[in-house]
Amino acid sequence: MIAIVDYRAGNLTSVASALGHLGHRSEITDRPEAIRTADRVILPGVGAAGATMENLRNLGLDRVLRDDVIGAGKPFLGICIGIQVLFERSEEDAAGCLGIIPGRVVRFPHAVDGRPLKAPQIGWNRVRQTRPHPLFAGVPDNSHFYFVNSYYPVPVDPAVTIATSDHGVVFTAAIARGNVMATQFHLEKSGPMGLRMLDNFCRTDF
Amino acid sequence: MLAKRIIPCLDVRNGKVTKGVQFLNNVDVGDPVAMARYYYEQGADEIVFYDITASNERRGIMLEVVRAVAREIFIPFSVGGGLRTVEDMRATLLAGAEKVSIDSGAVRNPRIIAEGARAFGSQCIVLSMQVKRRPASAEFPSGCEVVIDGGRTPTGRDAFNWAREGEALGAGELCINSIDQDGAKSGYDLEITRMIADGVGIPVIASGGAGEPRHLLEGFTAGGADAAIVASIVHYGEYPIPALKRYLRAHGVEVRDAPEMERSAN
Repeated sequence: MIAIVDYRAGNLTSVASALGHLGHRSEITDRPEAIRTADRVILPGVGAAGATMENLRNLGLDRVLRDDVIGAGKPFLGICIGIQVLFERSEEDAAGCLGIIPGRVVRFPHAVDGRPLKAPQIGWNRVRQTRPHPLFAGVPDNSHFYFVNSYYPVPVDPAVTIATSDHGVVFTAAIARGNVMATQFHLEKSGPMGLRMLDNFCRTDF
Repeated sequence: MLAKRIIPCLDVRNGKVTKGVQFLNNVDVGDPVAMARYYYEQGADEIVFYDITASNERRGIMLEVVRAVAREIFIPFSVGGGLRTVEDMRATLLAGAEKVSIDSGAVRNPRIIAEGARAFGSQCIVLSMQVKRRPASAEFPSGCEVVIDGGRTPTGRDAFNWAREGEALGAGELCINSIDQDGAKSGYDLEITRMIADGVGIPVIASGGAGEPRHLLEGFTAGGADAAIVASIVHYGEYPIPALKRYLRAHGVEVRDAPEMERSAN
């Protein structure tokens, strides 16, 4: 069973639909016990960092994720806001986050080389795989994935970055460290390549 | 760099696709779910459904369509037509749509843009505007007026000013639909599309008028659009989406590769 963490925001059903399509059983839940006993945990979503952290704290799920999921070695996948809250702080809402990965989350600049930069970036961007990882099995390098983001993570340790993308600035698009994996792009909305990565997460021993 | 998006538009009335689609042998062309899956497999970057159901009692049918589509395609799709309240938006998004598109409802009640953006995030809110050419004047400095109700009702609003206002209110994307060009197959209205694309900081979608591949190329280059709505150019099979993408790529436009589809991992 894969637990999809329900924190009262975001598009949770689309992740469940994608997993169902791939033949994986999942449950959308905010119950700590269901999350503790799940085989794998996905934190998806669209939303603001401040509201997401507030909801996680109010539900008591910040500690569950930190101690009983990530700390316990359970495979964990964060998507979109789910990558950003892994870091220490976000410029968005000046939010304190989970602090699992050292680093912060910053906004795209308003202009690059004097040309205005549109934010949020909404659409398909290429993802360059900067180091091999089982999540990318069967996924050609530089494939397009669907992004919706105004903010992006800046890890302290560049070795956690497994992929980058370029929206005026080159930014970290995916990270992995042991049992913790996360993507800034929406795997559940990225067509066959997104499904492939979701399936890789569900099938691989991390 | 973001790829330019190609977005097929399906008009749906009472749960059925209304524009005849004549090229498919094994697909029920009236079935919006089957059509969405077909365009998904063709490499569409997004799909928009426009609900033209006349009666309010039958609107629930569209939500059933949205739920079914969300189970079958794994790219973003938006739903427009008849959304008047934040509750209408919420029902549509919870059913599985990535975005909602608001048009006449936003002109009548601009606050709905801000309310929707606050409730769901700007990225969910597409402000779609029907624009009609007028002689440039103090009233319409951009040379285009916003019209509603399928072009029947003038609003007195200048298209460029309405676009800027929509962005300020919290719209995440703007769709510029030229009433003059719609159905004419002579290309998008490049001038107003460009003016708005240069004047806002959010993505702009060109709509109305695509009849040949070069119209998309012009929309993305001269028009400065980030995405293009296509209807009859793809519905009648003359230019399938992979052919459009090959053409655009050959002319230097960044488009998403359409990968081989895998039905399922199982």
